Amino acid sequence: MEKNLMKGNEALAEAAMRAGCKCFFGYPITPQTELAAYMAKNMQKNGGVFLQAESEIAAINMVLGAASTGVRAMTSSSSPGISLKSEGISYIAGSDLPCVIINVERGGPGLGGIQPSQADYWQATKGLGHGDFHLLVFAPASVQEMVDMVVKAFNKADEYRMPAMILADGLLGQMMEPVSFPEIAVEMPDKSSWAADGHKNKRAHHIINSLYLTPEELEKTVVDRYAKYDIIKDKETDAELYLTDDADIVVCAFGATARVVKSAVNEAREQGIKVGMFRPKTLWPFPEKEVQKACANASKVLSVEMSMGQMIDDIKLALSCAKPVEFFGRTGGVIPTPAEVLEKIKAMGGNN
Amino acid sequence: MAVVFERPKALCDVPLHYCPGCTHGIVHRLVAEVIDEMGIEGDTVGICPVGCSVMAYNYFNCDMIEAPHGRAPAVATGVKRTNPDKFVFTYQGDGDLAAIGTAETVHAATRGENIVVIFINNTIYGMTGGQMAPTTIPGQVTQTTPYGRDPQLAGYPVRVSEMLATLTGTALAQRVAVDSVPHIREAKNAIRKAFENQRDKKGFSLVEVLSTCPTNWGLTPLKALERLREEMIPYYPLGVYKDITAEEGNK
Amino acid sequence: MNYNILLAGFGGQGVLFAGKLLAYCALMENKEVSWLPSYGPEMRGGTCNCSVCISDEPIGSPLVTEPNVFVALNQPSFDKFIGKVKADGKAFVDSTLVESVSDRKDIDCYYVQATQLETENELPKGANIILLGKVLEATGMFSDETVRKALEKIVPASKGWLIENNLKAIGIGRAQ
Repeated sequence: MEKNLMKGNEALAEAAMRAGCKCFFGYPITPQTELAAYMAKNMQKNGGVFLQAESEIAAINMVLGAASTGVRAMTSSSSPGISLKSEGISYIAGSDLPCVIINVERGGPGLGGIQPSQADYWQATKGLGHGDFHLLVFAPASVQEMVDMVVKAFNKADEYRMPAMILADGLLGQMMEPVSFPEIAVEMPDKSSWAADGHKNKRAHHIINSLYLTPEELEKTVVDRYAKYDIIKDKETDAELYLTDDADIVVCAFGATARVVKSAVNEAREQGIKVGMFRPKTLWPFPEKEVQKACANASKVLSVEMSMGQMIDDIKLALSCAKPVEFFGRTGGVIPTPAEVLEKIKAMGGNN
Repeated sequence: MAVVFERPKALCDVPLHYCPGCTHGIVHRLVAEVIDEMGIEGDTVGICPVGCSVMAYNYFNCDMIEAPHGRAPAVATGVKRTNPDKFVFTYQGDGDLAAIGTAETVHAATRGENIVVIFINNTIYGMTGGQMAPTTIPGQVTQTTPYGRDPQLAGYPVRVSEMLATLTGTALAQRVAVDSVPHIREAKNAIRKAFENQRDKKGFSLVEVLSTCPTNWGLTPLKALERLREEMIPYYPLGVYKDITAEEGNK
Repeated sequence: MNYNILLAGFGGQGVLFAGKLLAYCALMENKEVSWLPSYGPEMRGGTCNCSVCISDEPIGSPLVTEPNVFVALNQPSFDKFIGKVKADGKAFVDSTLVESVSDRKDIDCYYVQATQLETENELPKGANIILLGKVLEATGMFSDETVRKALEKIVPASKGWLIENNLKAIGIGRAQ
């Protein structure tokens, strides 16, 4: 298969179109801008819609409108913009609409910076908006994985009728790597049982809605949605386990940070340290069984993140706090180096 | 026996939740009559706001979408851009359209989105119990302007039709009222024109409807209609503020 | 093959393009490769750099903090990164624009009057590629044949003449 060098942001856009995405609504923000630019250049040629919205808020609501009619819709932004979209994301989740949202994270809080960060982990996995709900959250670690995960995100969003997010960061968005686009078999499910695209006088009207004024009725919709989440937790977790079988220390990392950690792990192995890596590919659902397996023989666990430590909570919960979980991270846009991670591994007694 | 009056088909056969004397029912009916007359129910998607008409999705028989507060024009944009052959309308109140949703309203208009916006202006937030709206008239008493709206404190009202008429993308900006039979007829004609504009791909059509809120105004339905005539119409003059089809006709 | 390359200079000097050319050379030879630019205000006139990793093994961190190949196109970049070059690494310096000389004994430094050669040979904006020619020659990283293939991939057909210009610049660099 032919490989090309592509920026992560552009690869996300190309993959989305190949996955049958028919419309993109966005607003400029660094470091995801190339994604929107690529869409602007190519979406119309592919028979789709590109529109630069007046705000992130408008963009996510345009996605809500398009998704309501059964069309595959996407928006992308970076951290501050995702906060603005959170209102619409909550409505989309509450209306059981599928869509894909890209977050090419940068440092925060506030206006923060524009360099890579993973400090939106909690936002993406715990509370992207008000109310009880989840998004599917995928964490790619390479440009090729960005391609593969966008396709999967669209398919799973449709399958479960819920929003899906690609949680990337400025490093992945900006970097170029070889990438190939496999022939994508677009699984376009039949949405005619719910889509609000005009009833043609052939059926009762469809209503896309998240308002339930009777508490018992609202509770039922939420409980039903959580029953669906249970199925997802059971079926859709995904993770990479790297050299964990005999590892005394397991280093957990996702996304771009996992690349740094892998370099550190390889270096540590060369020095005879028994260390491995656990990398969740889905952040929600969090791969609990996989992290338990990865850490089965470890005495210590380390979480490395581009934040002050957010995923570490999920690791501790998954391990029932049965093992010590330490943290190393850089934040504000600083990318940890393999040397720093190696030093931390050694400090944890990784010479035994 | 000849039927002289019946429920429009585009309205569901359910009781409306609106207060006695509220004019939402009239405006719903006018929209539904136009949809019936144009035979477009099967190809229409309506967008509800947040506010008193939040549950309008239960009242219109076409497909309906409930939007976040103020975002109906953005939702409508998403629907229309991906389904250009469908008729798309929003139904919004003054707080929704002219306060929290001002950006969405102005930008949908300036882009010339080929949609219909029905704008209910009753100078008050009804659903939340009678707070100041962006259209509340100076001196008007509301829950959050208990001494009357003081422009020095609360600023001035927004005249939406006039404002949107300045935008190139706006095809129609017309203010009507539903306080009397002649005005109701005029209102229906305006709504009809707005939907025809969409059919003819003319762009953004806004019909601002001066309406009453007897409950939150603290007036009887009849007194409320009087207030509409005596206080609102002088502040918000009825008329066509922009109509590109008339301009085209004059050329 | 395991190169961690850092190229740095002013925005507009073709730092990113030079990195891209190396990355495409690697792609042509089916190597593992990553290219990561600095982004943000740098692209509007400030200093700018890019990391290129080329390896037979999958690339871990794409961010090069300790290059074994360093290309400096201006003085601030030289000052900032020359101390970071890995022992036994190589540094390539445009000595028309960089006045300093490194006193490091544990690295090989190559000084090329790239900007002056650019002017003499009428190759506008060619200093980056001239210096790259020296990189290719001193490291043996890629052949001219690979460079040509890479250029054919990245230069749009409408600007085909750029391929010969760039190859000429590479040749001048190799000869230094």
